[in-house]
Amino acid sequence: MAEERVGVYICHCGHNIAGTVDVEAVAEWAADLPNVEVSRHYEFMCSSLGQELVEEDIKTLGLTRVVVAACSPHMHERTFRGACERAGLNPYLFEMANIREHASWVHAVDKEGATEKAKALVSAAVHRVVHHTPLETMKVPVEPTTMVVGGGIAGIQAALELADAGYKVIMVEREPSIGGHMAQLDKTFPTLDCSACILTPKMFDVGAHPNITMLTYSEVEAVEGYVGNFVVTVRQKARKVITDKCTGCGTCWEKCPIRVVDDVYEAGLGYRKAIYRPFPQAVPKYPVIDVESCTYYKTGKCRACQMFCPTEAIDFDQQDEVVDYKVGNVILATGYEQFDARRIPEYGYGRLANVFTSLEFERMVNATGPTGGKIMLRDGVTEPESVAIIHCVGSRDRRYNQYCSAVCCMYSLKFAHLVKERTGAEVYNFYMDIRTPAKGYEEFYHRLLEEGVRFVRGRVAKVTDAARGPGEEGKLIIQCEDTLIGKQRRIPVDMVVLSAGMEPRHDAEEIGHLFGISCSVDGFFIERHPKLDPMATMTDGIYVAGVCQGPKDIPATVAQGAGAAARVLGVISQGEVALEPIRAEIDEEHCSGCRICNTMCPYSAIDYIEELQVSRVNPALCKGCGTCVAACPSQVITGAHYSYDQVMAQIDGILIDVNRPVTAEAEVAAD
Amino acid sequence: MSDNGDFKPVIVGFLCNWCSYRAADLAGTSRMGYPSTLRDIRIMCSGRMDPAWVLHALRNGADGVLVVGCHPGECHYVEGNYKAIRRMNLLKRTLRQLGIEDERVQLHWASASEGVQFAEIVQNMTAQIKALGPLNWKQRNVDDSVNLAVAAGEHVHEGA
Amino acid sequence: MTANANGSYAYYPGCSLTKNAAAYDVSSRVIARALGFELNELTDWNCCGASEYFSLNQLPAYALVARNLALTASEGAKQVVAPCSLCYVNLYKTDKYMGDHADLNEKVNAALAAGKLAYRAGDVKVRHLLDVVVNDVGFDNVAAAVKKPLYNLRVAPYYGCLIVRPRTGFDDVEYPTTMDHLMEVLGATVVDFPLKAECCGGHMTQISDDVALELIRRLLHNATEYEADAIVTVCPMCQLNLDAYQDQVNRRFGTRFKMPILYFTQVMGLAFGMEPKAVAIGKEIVDARPALAKVTAEPPVQPKKKRRDKSALPMPSTEREG
Repeated sequence: MAEERVGVYICHCGHNIAGTVDVEAVAEWAADLPNVEVSRHYEFMCSSLGQELVEEDIKTLGLTRVVVAACSPHMHERTFRGACERAGLNPYLFEMANIREHASWVHAVDKEGATEKAKALVSAAVHRVVHHTPLETMKVPVEPTTMVVGGGIAGIQAALELADAGYKVIMVEREPSIGGHMAQLDKTFPTLDCSACILTPKMFDVGAHPNITMLTYSEVEAVEGYVGNFVVTVRQKARKVITDKCTGCGTCWEKCPIRVVDDVYEAGLGYRKAIYRPFPQAVPKYPVIDVESCTYYKTGKCRACQMFCPTEAIDFDQQDEVVDYKVGNVILATGYEQFDARRIPEYGYGRLANVFTSLEFERMVNATGPTGGKIMLRDGVTEPESVAIIHCVGSRDRRYNQYCSAVCCMYSLKFAHLVKERTGAEVYNFYMDIRTPAKGYEEFYHRLLEEGVRFVRGRVAKVTDAARGPGEEGKLIIQCEDTLIGKQRRIPVDMVVLSAGMEPRHDAEEIGHLFGISCSVDGFFIERHPKLDPMATMTDGIYVAGVCQGPKDIPATVAQGAGAAARVLGVISQGEVALEPIRAEIDEEHCSGCRICNTMCPYSAIDYIEELQVSRVNPALCKGCGTCVAACPSQVITGAHYSYDQVMAQIDGILIDVNRPVTAEAEVAAD
Repeated sequence: MSDNGDFKPVIVGFLCNWCSYRAADLAGTSRMGYPSTLRDIRIMCSGRMDPAWVLHALRNGADGVLVVGCHPGECHYVEGNYKAIRRMNLLKRTLRQLGIEDERVQLHWASASEGVQFAEIVQNMTAQIKALGPLNWKQRNVDDSVNLAVAAGEHVHEGA
Repeated sequence: MTANANGSYAYYPGCSLTKNAAAYDVSSRVIARALGFELNELTDWNCCGASEYFSLNQLPAYALVARNLALTASEGAKQVVAPCSLCYVNLYKTDKYMGDHADLNEKVNAALAAGKLAYRAGDVKVRHLLDVVVNDVGFDNVAAAVKKPLYNLRVAPYYGCLIVRPRTGFDDVEYPTTMDHLMEVLGATVVDFPLKAECCGGHMTQISDDVALELIRRLLHNATEYEADAIVTVCPMCQLNLDAYQDQVNRRFGTRFKMPILYFTQVMGLAFGMEPKAVAIGKEIVDARPALAKVTAEPPVQPKKKRRDKSALPMPSTEREG
């Protein structure tokens, strides 16, 4: 150990670090730390010149260990490991000190403190790195099949990219059909092309693609394994329909006597039967029986669907199927839920009949929807003469969600246009700001201004049917401060549309846990990097696409879906992935066989070898958390790269400047 | 509460790689200031936190030790943080017997998105330890036998 | 009725309840007894300053209110109940602001010290009587006390603008519903009163007839539109304005409102089987007797579910999602 030669490199990161931390002083100070052969500071260590500096020193000075003090290891650990490797040094003989995120950026007002802390972190790394041992990554083959969770436009795009590239895809969709929210829409902004017209061909392609296995009416139950080798357990809920026999003729739902409100596809605005196919273009075409509503499951009677089915495809006793799928990578494209407008009681949704949500309105204007595309009040006959569209419902509101849902401005403008086009009604948009930042969006806004749609700037205080005068009788009154004229206004209208925002799926957090990724404060999945790696996550092999990662419109969703597929293709084409060699190993010679570690391991990666009476770690299953290492009463489990000695040395290093060290040895020695 | 003048505590932190280290990163990228009292060490999981490390830090001059993991139920390794809770409880019992105040060794949770919360944890702990004053392990009347026992515990590791 | 764990509260009646809102005071004490919780009137309490004092000079106003909090604490009570919405808001915000603003806290305590008192923010929890009834006693216990359900009486629950406006969390700020549920529990038919959290005009009656009478008219008009037999209120100011100025509203607007305005505690007492006199029915200006005569022994026959017009679109359910 004493003969190790450590190179220390302090990064300025331009002004990011050097503006707060006295990098020169740190470098100079570090030169005197034990084992340090060379200590330098450089403007941008991650630049090719910075990396070459390290490589050069390894070669010419014979460095055996490298410490770079710069940004977070989550940012550039791989970069510098690569530099070491290129110069012939085992990449695990490198250690990074995070003096940017953990020092200069958080202690900007305390330059002295930041510098002192930077020194401590560098010292910690120097003390630690001499205890590093060369490690070899384990290469494992990648299963080329990918699972796409969610059959909306994000998942569809991702699945088709992968399938078209020649790789197998398993698509899991919770609902009876793929299509997602896009299938509910009528027109898409700003081009006003028909949503179904552009979506259904893609849905059909997914259904017919030889490389895609579609599991609709299915949910993921469990996930095991690691990048390249996941085993995902999927529960395929019983459709109660034998798909091999069903022709999708529709006799069953025509004959079914039970009609229920369709809260999913029709957003509550229309009905479906107890046996139903969500919509005519559904893929697959097979119906499902909604067991909750079906009379047979309550009384044992009816069986109308079964009696009339020409192909005997109804099977009331069909059971769920639970199947394991082996996949190499997973793309999560689980989408969003609409903000529940009932949570803002002053807007009256659920109380006042003619208050609609934006999804209800999408269904209303859709030619295949409950009104055949006619815009009408809840009575189903009266055409409104005035319509209010309230923006930012549940978005940009500290009481609910602080974020902007990104699409509401544009779809509200689209609604305004459709109302004008189809009814000639007066349309009021109540907005806080109009946000139209994409190709053709601002132009669409201007078009609407010219179409004579009215815009009132201000957050609506309430929607009420309490009339103050004859002009308000029988109307819904929008009470709002018009912030451009600085006055309270009351505007009576016939119909109100609430442009409700996007929210994460109610079970997004559970799904995140299943796949080992986390959610942001808003509840959307966290990407690996918000700008440079928006498709990957912190868990290798798990990617995200679409609104499950954050609110976005269809073009951005499609781009992210394709991007995630491209990332997966990169992994597949490598054929194998390198696993971090951070895992536990048991010194069997000293193992007492107490088996405490066996129960500690969350992955059942530790087996007890009966004949030897020792425990042994299965390296393929071990994920390197180190829980067993800390638990071993005999201290004979080593956690590679996070060994006891390494961290002890790191503690010594991190406290090097502290003037209060008293160790028992020192005391004893002093006595 | 006394603020102990210019005393600036030294807190050694153990942050898990997946949630809390990322929370600290986020506090950085969002430029949320907190006192430069924390000196952190990255470990893969709060379940890896070895009680001997905490003792070692305290004996060698740290005024406090902060362990931060993923929220219960959100551990990247399923349940490592529950193991951390158990170990922390045992460790705290020992520390209490040595007369070390509870505030000096703390276990907290911060998810990867909780940069603000992370900064608050450091701020609060710094204020608490500042009020307590330096740990001064030596003057603590911790008799040599305890020191030797702790050191002996560490040596077992080193020998292993 | 089982004794509540928090069965004892300091009681701050406030000035109104000693004069014009005596009916509120009487009925509050009566229902407290019936529900098994104690209201112990503070000794030597003083005026909360209403809204006027705060708009004239804030610091003495806070000190004035804080004296009541200090008295509560000195009597060893942890919670103080105010039936008057304005008293409640003033007590609540004084406690909160003293906690939030060290400067205010210091000055107020300096003032209290002159009277040998002190108050530490947070030591006393300020509660509205409705909050106590709904959350401490609970709907189940109220239901158990009902002896004469108020079947067929249509009531418009009127919360006024003050009670929910400090975000105390016991009800929705914009569209409260706790009193609606309470009235249902009493057997009454509840009108979904859209103006339930609107202003009654407050002291505008003393400043501008034009403003005040219009605000009062709106409320009476809307409740009449909804065919309410009575408006039920939680605030002496609301009661006074709607009751005492109804005549003036009728004269000015040519309307014929005859809407009785009752305190929720009076209505509770009636449902508990008490005599109208026991809950001070009869003190109101617009006679409540004709409305109360509508109460029947049998629950109203639920109107047959109208067959929905075939063309009508389904209404969204009123249940919120998870």
